[in-house]
Amino acid sequence: MIDFGYTLTRDRQLDYDRGDFRYLKLVKSLEPSMDLCIGCGSCTATCSAAGFTNFNIRRLHTVIRRGDPESIKAELKKCMFCGKCQLVCPRGVNLRNLILAMNRAIEILG
Amino acid sequence: MDNTVIVIGGGISGLTAAGMLAQQGLDVTLLEKENETGGHLARWDRLFPDRKKASEVLDFAMEGLNKVKIVTGVAITGISRQDHEFTVSTNLRDSGYGMQDAGYQSPVPSPQSPVPSTQSPVPSPQSQYTASALLVATGFDLFEARKKEEYGYGIYNNVITSADLEEQFKSGRKVLTSEGKTPGRIGFIHCVGSRDEKVGNLYCSKICCVTGVKQAIELKEMFPESEVFNFYMDLRMFDRHFEELYYEAQQKWGVSFIRGRLSECSENPDGSIILKTEDTLTGKPLKMTVDLLVLLSGFVPSGGTRGISKMLGLQEGTDGFINSADQHSQNNLSGIEGVFLAGAIKGPISVSESVADARAAAAQIACYLSSFKVTND
Amino acid sequence: MKPEGKRQIWDEYQKDIADDNYFYVRSCVRQNFFPGAEKTFLRYMKQLGRNVFENPSHTTCSGIGYHSDIVPFETAMTMVARQFALMTEAGYENFVTSCITSFGLYTEILETWEHFPKVEEQTRVHLRNATGREFLKPKNLAHASDVTFKLRKEIADAGRYRLVNQDTGEPIRVVEHIGCHYSRMFPNKGVGGAEYPYVLVGMIEEWGGEVIDYPERRHCCGFGFRQYLVKANRGYSVSASKKKFDSMKPYKPELILTNCPGCPMFLDRWQYAISEMEGTTYGENGQGIPVMTYEELAGLILGYDPWDLGLQVHQVPVEPLLEKMGIPYDPEKKFLDIDGNFIGKPKSPSFLKFY
Repeated sequence: MIDFGYTLTRDRQLDYDRGDFRYLKLVKSLEPSMDLCIGCGSCTATCSAAGFTNFNIRRLHTVIRRGDPESIKAELKKCMFCGKCQLVCPRGVNLRNLILAMNRAIEILG
Repeated sequence: MDNTVIVIGGGISGLTAAGMLAQQGLDVTLLEKENETGGHLARWDRLFPDRKKASEVLDFAMEGLNKVKIVTGVAITGISRQDHEFTVSTNLRDSGYGMQDAGYQSPVPSPQSPVPSTQSPVPSPQSQYTASALLVATGFDLFEARKKEEYGYGIYNNVITSADLEEQFKSGRKVLTSEGKTPGRIGFIHCVGSRDEKVGNLYCSKICCVTGVKQAIELKEMFPESEVFNFYMDLRMFDRHFEELYYEAQQKWGVSFIRGRLSECSENPDGSIILKTEDTLTGKPLKMTVDLLVLLSGFVPSGGTRGISKMLGLQEGTDGFINSADQHSQNNLSGIEGVFLAGAIKGPISVSESVADARAAAAQIACYLSSFKVTND
Repeated sequence: MKPEGKRQIWDEYQKDIADDNYFYVRSCVRQNFFPGAEKTFLRYMKQLGRNVFENPSHTTCSGIGYHSDIVPFETAMTMVARQFALMTEAGYENFVTSCITSFGLYTEILETWEHFPKVEEQTRVHLRNATGREFLKPKNLAHASDVTFKLRKEIADAGRYRLVNQDTGEPIRVVEHIGCHYSRMFPNKGVGGAEYPYVLVGMIEEWGGEVIDYPERRHCCGFGFRQYLVKANRGYSVSASKKKFDSMKPYKPELILTNCPGCPMFLDRWQYAISEMEGTTYGENGQGIPVMTYEELAGLILGYDPWDLGLQVHQVPVEPLLEKMGIPYDPEKKFLDIDGNFIGKPKSPSFLKFY
């Protein structure tokens, strides 16, 4: 192989056809209310962790739905489990259990 | 001024208004360009949000039309006015010049359920009708989806419109891909021809959001194993029970919603369609293969609306729809004495709103013909 | 795929292309990238009895600098005005550009003047002050691929070869790639518009080939000017080309046809770079997919010697295509210059099959 001084750039495009939906299947079975999200962002807006880190609970379960769960692994630990997100969710998504479910998925699937 | 009214347009607005006017004892003539009345509703299967059959709504409107003189298959060639009397000249549509211009799309009448109409004997090629009041209810056309070239309607076999899908629902057949297969993954594209300055339509067509949700549920009912996605910018669930329908789509049917407008699509060797959109909630471009793509076509002013507007000198808005004298309190008045407006001629509107608007127009016309004051001037 | 749907769109994007008497302006870079292409255009225009005039003192349009953010628009307009002045002085009205970015820039400037006449007036003052020249705007502006499109039937009629596999009788499968600056800025200035451009499709169909519509057809080749010119960004450029190759590969294309200076350069050279970076090749049996300009292809159709067209400087060998089309070539002469002197033979790549 020749080093030309530049490398191929990884494609940022989400390829849904090649997504990893194992996490989604498992998390959804543990917390079906995740389907009700309307992407309003109130959860992230009120999140204790989001103020100090780039933790974004709204984004985390969205990437699971898109079959792109890789980024959640490091992120989930930032949750302080205060539960304010669940209090503000207008659609009644059980966010505390969703966090637990995502943690469980990582335990099981790695 | 006598008690005669001409209603131009035999869609749900024109039919409803004509019925109301006739029931009040007025002498009503309804002119329709197609050979059947019923307009878009006659080609639709079920209505949001309660999935009522469109034919039932239409049947209801047809009741009480026995006193209305209905003339179908005619094109309006001219409208003149002398004092308080309008004269509308018509031609048989097959016989040459009609009011439709190049933008006019001829809808396909559904052979399964011809709409009953009280047909007058075949009118002579050229006729004239006179009345003291005109109600213009010439409505809308669906946006021609092929104008969004990058979406491939008319090029890729598995790209259809919401109207095509509704026609398939109405036929009672299973919805299949062009290869005759059950669609495993289906995408709905919102805002096709709406909120899109590139095609000249800045406005929202308003009813497509809920139509997409309704049709997504209907496909999930038909194919519970399929994955159904709605690609949207906003979901404008503006009316009663709409948000609940959206909730039901998510909770009961597992319909997925991805916030991002389709940028372009292309065809795979097997005929499936590749979408390129952004998943704006994760901030990444997204590529997805679907077996069937449904474009939710918006509203544009109909060819008839544009033709009549020119003849009468109606006030056209920048969106091409007709402006009423006042959107708040004189929304059925055209600003021209004796000329009234009803329905989608004034912009995107649902069936229930059309019915209400048509009745309001009928009430205003009855007031006007009884010399009640209908304007502020 | 419903071909009639595309035809309907093509019908809506017709364009006036002059039939004769062209004032021709060259590209800055094409004579280095594909040295035979412009010469071949002049050669077949002469063969088809058309008059093409060149003024040796014409310059760059400055589009390459404009798109690299180093030439201001006012400067670009004045330089373009000078080109128009040369055309006017020579008594021509039909302006033909070799380069797609030039075509885009000329179109952009003419449109700007159309909508902002004061800017045109100001440009006239600038040109007058700088050179003392005056100009008329061209009556007809076309890219050389538009002209070749217009003459495609004449080329086919005069031609000796077709885009058909001589062994199987099957049409050659061709991917067409249009330069971004051809019709994306002004869709109605390109034959067939921006989404389904017809300019190269028309040539391929007329000359017997089959066009492949693959998912990443509209994707840019990745040149992007600054993306390529700055070495640190080049990975970005090669990745864009790779996206296209990965997408077209399942359709087994046998030729990539282009109408831009940058696209054939990168679609050709990056196949080599990708093969050396990760061992991937995109043609049959470890070969690459040959890449050509429309002039080179027209030259092949007309029976010109492949080495006169400059095909020996392509990174991806074109011999597999020549053999399929039944075009004879002399391997011994591949690396001889115009006087018959040996110009040296490049080292064979590690993965990409080289003749």
